Amino acid sequence: MRRVVARRAFETAILLLVVSFAIYALIGLMPGDPIDLMISADPRVTSADAARLKALYGLDRPLVERYGRWLASALTGDFGYSRLYGQPVVAVLLPRLFNTLLLMGPSLILALALALPAGVLCALRPASRLDATLNLLAFAGFSLPSFWLALLLILLFSVVLGWLPAGGVASPDGGDLLDRARHAVLPVLTLTLLTAGSFLRFVRAALLETLSDDYVRTARAKGCGLRRVVLVHALPNAALPIVTVVALHMGTLLSGALVVETVFAWPGTGRLVYDAILGNDYNLALAALMLATLLTLSANFLADLLYLRLDPRIREGV
Amino acid sequence: MSVEAAPFPAVGRCAGLCALLHRPSGCAGLLLLGTIATSCLAAPFVAMLLGTDPETIDLLARLQPPTPTHPLGTDELGRDLLLRLLYGGRVSLFTGLLAALLAAALGTAIGVVAGYVGGRVDAFLMRLTDAVIALPLLPLLIVLAAVDLAKLGLPADFASGSVASVLRIVTIVALFGWTTVARLARAATLSLREREFVLAARALGASDWRIVLVHILPGAASSIVVATTLSIGNVILAESVLSFLGLGIQPPLASWGSMLTHAQELVFEAPWLALWPGLLIFATVLGFNLLGDGLQQALDPRRREGPS
Repeated sequence: MRRVVARRAFETAILLLVVSFAIYALIGLMPGDPIDLMISADPRVTSADAARLKALYGLDRPLVERYGRWLASALTGDFGYSRLYGQPVVAVLLPRLFNTLLLMGPSLILALALALPAGVLCALRPASRLDATLNLLAFAGFSLPSFWLALLLILLFSVVLGWLPAGGVASPDGGDLLDRARHAVLPVLTLTLLTAGSFLRFVRAALLETLSDDYVRTARAKGCGLRRVVLVHALPNAALPIVTVVALHMGTLLSGALVVETVFAWPGTGRLVYDAILGNDYNLALAALMLATLLTLSANFLADLLYLRLDPRIREGV
Repeated sequence: MSVEAAPFPAVGRCAGLCALLHRPSGCAGLLLLGTIATSCLAAPFVAMLLGTDPETIDLLARLQPPTPTHPLGTDELGRDLLLRLLYGGRVSLFTGLLAALLAAALGTAIGVVAGYVGGRVDAFLMRLTDAVIALPLLPLLIVLAAVDLAKLGLPADFASGSVASVLRIVTIVALFGWTTVARLARAATLSLREREFVLAARALGASDWRIVLVHILPGAASSIVVATTLSIGNVILAESVLSFLGLGIQPPLASWGSMLTHAQELVFEAPWLALWPGLLIFATVLGFNLLGDGLQQALDPRRREGPS
């Protein structure tokens, strides 16, 4: 088992490295570079100055060499300064990461709390009217454009009903815990509705697959009630694919968080990526993207570990 | 969706279509998509009927609620919303379909090669697929959308044109949309590879190319069609999000996503601007997802309970 874990960790690290290089190369292809920005900010800069500055900052070196230097300092925890915020990148990122997790955590839990019972209900009575209705709702859930759902919720709860604030993390005067919670309701609700649908479909499919297995029929033949078979025999086994799907959804959830944060003016990592890329803040964009990648890849890695713990067949290396 | 037995055995050539039409999801999907596509195709006719076009700016008539001359009202520049929706739909549907086809071609190639060659190639390609699935999609899409095409060596006037903005978004979205197709194509290839008719073809001396093109691809086609249909929805969603963020389709061209870019600021004055484009994206994506589900049930023999 240790060997499997080590191999997966190694693969994750390699993937992270490849992605970091790809992002580094791509960011170099975005319009404008730091020297261009200096030139536009200061009319006295001549082209000779620009060339000198480029040499000074090492921007005239080949891509691979620049990447190597960035990687070397990034590995020591130094991601440079953010141009937009005038602070070390890490100091900008960490509070934002906390804000994003504040959205993702509750919505993940809520989505599962909705999808698990609903999926079990569907799997118990496939092709019933209830199953059809819940399925249609699930389809609607993952067909919704995230930003539009956010706009609709704002329209309903902020504009028409006036119950909840339309954006931000807290009222201008600071705000207590209740005020902050009120600001989080709509973003969390948006993310929850976006993910619950596909979770439901996966729970249903995983459970239906398990329910057609032989041991379930054996348990039924022994006289086991349907409820007991589902909860005690089938659900733990169906948990495997569900765990994987949830882990694989971290990327989707993060993408959803980006949109939700943009619409609700929620200062999180996703919105930061967007602002940094559009604002030519290379260091910040790189670090934020790497953080997003790290987050999803480690979720996958954790899912693999969990998989190993839950499934003795893989654990024993069969 | 419920799995029901077809009331009568579907015969002959229309078997697939009949089976599809007997699934409620397939029927609903076809109906939704048919309505939307027909309306978008009829856009010039509607323009003639209304006596205006989607680009006529009338600042005195901006942000008007629905009137007989503007059945859905006007936007922030006084342009007719209905016509902009219909013409924007052409852009959204075209980019979505093109990107999905490109993604399907890429996914099929990767999946079939992985399944057919097997061994290390298979392991590598599937690790690659898993990796792409695991990546945080939207942040990476934004980076790609922000890349300056002129720095890639493309002529500057082409790089800033509408054609480039459409092609760029199609390529970007396709680059990430191929994974589902690849997985299903691989699974189908793996099971077909061991079948007797493939062995027979090989014994007769058929080349790998011939086996893949003549014997495996047709057999894998139904999986590929299902996966492609299901991925069109995601592709359209990805395009709409990027366009909403101002990184996809660029003006003067408009897609449903880009029509929503300014809707948030105007949500108090003109809520209908936020309502309609999103509703159409939603209906289209839902249509493709339902159609895909119906196709899956109609084409997958394991899920088809009725006689075929």
